[in-house]
Amino acid sequence: MNVTTRPAMLDVARIREDFPILRQSIRGKPLVFLDSAASAQKPRVVIDAMREAMETQYANVHRGLHWMSERTTDAYESARDAVAALLNARDRHEVVFTRNVTESLNLMAHSYGRGVLQPGQAVVISGMEHHSNIVPWQLLRDARGIELRVAPITDAGELDMEGFEALLADGKVGLVSMTHMSNVLGTYTPAERIVRIAHAYGAKVLFDGAQAVVHRRVDVQALDCDFYAFTGHKLYGPTGIGVLWGRRELLDAMPPFLGGGEMISSVSYERSTWAEVPHKFEAGTPPILEGIGLKAAIDYVQAIGYGAIAAHETSLIDHALARLGAIEGVHILGRAQDRGGVVSFALDRAHAHDVATLLDRQGIAVRAGHHCAEPLMRRFDLESTARASFAIYTTQGEIDCLADTLMRVREFFT
Amino acid sequence: MTDSFDDLRDLYQEVILDHGRRPRHARRLESFDATAKGDNPMCGDRIEVWVKYGPDGTIADTGFQARGCAISVASADLMAETVIGRSKADTHALFDAFREMARTGRCPHCDALAEPLERLEPLAGVHEYPSRVKCATLAWHALVAALDGGKEASSE
Repeated sequence: MNVTTRPAMLDVARIREDFPILRQSIRGKPLVFLDSAASAQKPRVVIDAMREAMETQYANVHRGLHWMSERTTDAYESARDAVAALLNARDRHEVVFTRNVTESLNLMAHSYGRGVLQPGQAVVISGMEHHSNIVPWQLLRDARGIELRVAPITDAGELDMEGFEALLADGKVGLVSMTHMSNVLGTYTPAERIVRIAHAYGAKVLFDGAQAVVHRRVDVQALDCDFYAFTGHKLYGPTGIGVLWGRRELLDAMPPFLGGGEMISSVSYERSTWAEVPHKFEAGTPPILEGIGLKAAIDYVQAIGYGAIAAHETSLIDHALARLGAIEGVHILGRAQDRGGVVSFALDRAHAHDVATLLDRQGIAVRAGHHCAEPLMRRFDLESTARASFAIYTTQGEIDCLADTLMRVREFFT
Repeated sequence: MTDSFDDLRDLYQEVILDHGRRPRHARRLESFDATAKGDNPMCGDRIEVWVKYGPDGTIADTGFQARGCAISVASADLMAETVIGRSKADTHALFDAFREMARTGRCPHCDALAEPLERLEPLAGVHEYPSRVKCATLAWHALVAALDGGKEASSE
């Protein structure tokens, strides 16, 4: 792979050559793609890996006794090894493939929530969760009498640690399910502290790492967490594949999620028995090509190195906060000390959708709306914001382009 | 600096910016005969409309409160301006014509409605922005829900 592995120095120009889509023009202007937190673009190696698998060896996995199936099974299962290495998991069997983070969290709400938690216990989330880490717990609450508690956040957009600990004090909390990095505020939650506190009160901890794993090395053993979820498509991989990592003994104790093929050991009309983890949680034909694509994406990211990725994104966020913060009428949401590569902002006298439409006309793609985090928006008394988010291929020049264009947008609505 | 948003003037005509900034009918009616809320769950836009009928059953007055983009607020305001004095049947027909115009940019079968549609014409530009069509039609969905005795409308 033609990627430099020197730490803390990322050759953005060379990285950009790896992403065919970045050569596009939009409405006659060079594409400035600042919506990677919604879904990231794909490098050539991911596209090629999936195409080559289809062209040369594609077959179903785990069942065929022929050459094609064996080759494809090896390729698909090597994705599990890649994820285990990425997260520094102790055991590859702790890596469960799902469709996305939403499915990982629903698996947890179903199998851990109904199979392990008891009515009368509670689940704690935070005030900066994506809807996907709110709604499954509401469904669990309403079906099983498991209380849902929401840890407050500060005006700066950080977790209120005293408020969080207070929610655990009665010892009823069985699980803390929390974002590792907010998709709206960019805030990193203090994962190690959260785990220490939660464990002290007897609660397990699940992190929604949809955003965090893109920007920072995640070591589940160092974090000492119990479960971790992320998705392929934000990590430069394909859609349709997500991950739930969990401690082996916890996964072993959980009942299955979906029933069907692949997840059984034996089936009779009277009784079926379940496969070992992770297959117990992987009913049906899995996302084979997506797994192969995810493996290529992880290899790509690992070759660049998280040191260089994190340094690049820190420089981008510093630049963005300086440039956007200097524009009169622009209000940046959240000012957490520890933050990753997303910036949400509001512009006086202009609605976020109008801002996004004007930016789009200049070839700049941002997200506008409530970012699937309505309660968080309400916390800050906002209906919607525009959000720029950064990736390994984002340049300082693109942020300058956003800032310069925003100044013209402001004039347009004055 | 030249205004490089020139090509957006189709969408954001002066009349839209003006009604978006200073809507004339953005008020709750003190007394009303019908009301409904509209909601676009995809983008979070919300509107509430109130209607007062005259003795002959036409719309004597209407007002709204909205949280949304310039397009949705301007559309609500131009709608209010246009439907006051009209019957329910006329308003339904106007909604159908307006929706056609917002989706396609034209309304081939709308000669009979040429005069009121002219007032709504500045919004025809949304047809080039498929994700924004619902911004322009949300207020109408809410108004028609109120006229039909409903409580909630969605532009989804």
